[in-house]
Amino acid sequence: MAVSLDAKQTYAAEFTSSAKELGGPPWLREIRKTAIGRFETLGFPTQKHEDWKYTNLAAILKVPFKPAILGRPDGVVAEKLEPFTFGVLKASRFVFVNGRYSPRLSYLRPLPEGVRVASVAEMLRSDPGAIKKHLTRYARFEDDSFVALNTAFFLDGAYVEVPRNTVVEEPIHLLFVSTSKDLPIVSHPRNLIVLGAASQATVIETYAGWAPDVTFANAVTEVPVGPAAVLDHYKIQREAETAFHIATMTVHQNRNASAAFHSMSFGGAMVRNSVNTLFREEGGSLTLNGLFMPAKTQQIDNYTRIDHNAPACTSIELYRGILGGKSRGVFNGNIWVRKDAQKTVARQTNKNLLLSKEAFVDSTPGLEILADDVKCSHASTIGQLDEGAIFYLRSRGIDEEAARNVLTYAFAADVVNQVKVAPIRIKLDQLILSRLTKASTIEENL
Amino acid sequence: MLEIKNLHVKVAGKEILKGIDLSINPGEVHAIMGPNGSGKTTLAQVLAGRLAYEVTGGSVRLDGKDLLAMKPEDRAREGVFIAFQYPVEIPGVSNAYFLKAALNAIRKYRGLEEIDAMDFVSLVQDKAKLLGLDETFMKRGLNEGFSGGEKKKNEVFQMAVLEPKVCILDETDSGLDIDALRLVANGINVMRSPKRSMLVVTHYQRLLDYVAPDFVHVLVDGRIVKSGDADLARNLEKHGYGWIVEEAPRTQAATT
Repeated sequence: MAVSLDAKQTYAAEFTSSAKELGGPPWLREIRKTAIGRFETLGFPTQKHEDWKYTNLAAILKVPFKPAILGRPDGVVAEKLEPFTFGVLKASRFVFVNGRYSPRLSYLRPLPEGVRVASVAEMLRSDPGAIKKHLTRYARFEDDSFVALNTAFFLDGAYVEVPRNTVVEEPIHLLFVSTSKDLPIVSHPRNLIVLGAASQATVIETYAGWAPDVTFANAVTEVPVGPAAVLDHYKIQREAETAFHIATMTVHQNRNASAAFHSMSFGGAMVRNSVNTLFREEGGSLTLNGLFMPAKTQQIDNYTRIDHNAPACTSIELYRGILGGKSRGVFNGNIWVRKDAQKTVARQTNKNLLLSKEAFVDSTPGLEILADDVKCSHASTIGQLDEGAIFYLRSRGIDEEAARNVLTYAFAADVVNQVKVAPIRIKLDQLILSRLTKASTIEENL
Repeated sequence: MLEIKNLHVKVAGKEILKGIDLSINPGEVHAIMGPNGSGKTTLAQVLAGRLAYEVTGGSVRLDGKDLLAMKPEDRAREGVFIAFQYPVEIPGVSNAYFLKAALNAIRKYRGLEEIDAMDFVSLVQDKAKLLGLDETFMKRGLNEGFSGGEKKKNEVFQMAVLEPKVCILDETDSGLDIDALRLVANGINVMRSPKRSMLVVTHYQRLLDYVAPDFVHVLVDGRIVKSGDADLARNLEKHGYGWIVEEAPRTQAATT
């Protein structure tokens, strides 16, 4: 409690001292002020809070993080980013170092007319009117301390706007690098992805970093999806095992909008992925597809909330956890089906594989149904590798370790196979394999 | 080639096999028949190396080597193949991947190079045709959603690709319709060779109509109570196991 109180006061004091650097148009400054006020009222969530009951934040709160402005993020060169890219994938790349846009590391490939990929800071300077319509309109900070902190402190982030009836064929890769050479650094990337009516786009958010850098990224991404628009979104967590990461994604779907969010978490000492989606109008479809694979002492907490607030929408959620070492994982899934949301289809599944006796996972699927004409289901499993399957593989000449690895790899397949973009899928395969001990024997037979 | 001597096996503390003696020479096909609960599947499982099956006495030698001391994967690499009665389903691992991994593990053990990708494809196509399996089958998850018949075909298909020295078929005919039975039997017959031994474990005569055994053994209550040629199997089909079960204690008394 004392730690949390200290941390709270530190952040509040920093807001006062850095108000100038934070800046922005007057309307934004007002919002920032309200947000920090709200943060001071809320404080950091404790495990008494229903949405945070499985993750103790003490580890984050006791590190004296300094705002990114004070850090020296030099030394990030393009070659160092190579491992976080996707091989042959043709994609525009927008890079942020400690939450600030790096033109030097970024490049845009030709994009259809009217598509804007820019930095939020730049938008606030050059076209604040365009961004005002959306920025801070979706991710509510009234009841969320980390969104409040982000709103108060963000310097920059990615702005992606796809105008109506426009199809962006190539993925847009947003790469967020957290790095610190001396001080522990906190950054608050703030992203806005706006899809116009009947537009289509694929957006990748990668969070990256290197040990032994101690960093904390508190990211917020707001995503309004226009009528009949189609979004394929990937969030790939590959920060160092010394990094802290809390990310909130808030999605609003309009009529017949179709969105898929793939959350793939490998890195980080402590990671929280929060996904909040809202069907505002009827006919929408949503896929939440998640894989979390902590090892050693990593903690990865996934909180999802799907709000069916309109009729005839479909949500399919599949999260799989593969936990090794002494790691901890959380799946906390919440689906709300409101009174008028008739003809809702909602399916939620969370399956977890424990690779060691000391790994631990909390799985809480949840459905609140207030409508009566719906098809909803949820399921959750926690288990070990099937000894019968291991024996079967061994009986054909495959050694035990390789058998365990291939079955672990197979466990992730349902999630990985949902990834439509082949180079991303291949990269995910590699990341999964790289966390297995005898990966080479798997790879050579693929 | 395979030499089983006085084999005693316990499962969950209960003795199931009570002294099995069986010697199979290269080129021979032996059938083991017996009523339910006689220990047929236990014999197949213990040869495969299943942990739950505890060997309390006796020995099994493969070309003179102690089979029971080997890990399951080493038994396979030494050339023992068991076609299981209930093969497991493994979603996410394709048949193609599985078979290639198995084949390469066995080849590596024998000091051979990994199989060339093109050679693997043509090998697999040849053997699949033999069993009437279509091409999409290789991409599907291992036994995933397969019918009972498809699983059995897959076992014999794997056997055909891996080319073991000793083939042990555990109730491979159960659950097959007549067309599938013919294909499976054909797959087995094609593999008969002067260098290969086979042990066909079955409850019924019907597979033996297609795969003619050189020797037939009847297993009752954990012991082989009668051995003979193919005629013995036909006799069992006609008269059931009753007469042998009644005769069994006497046979037993005579040998002890």
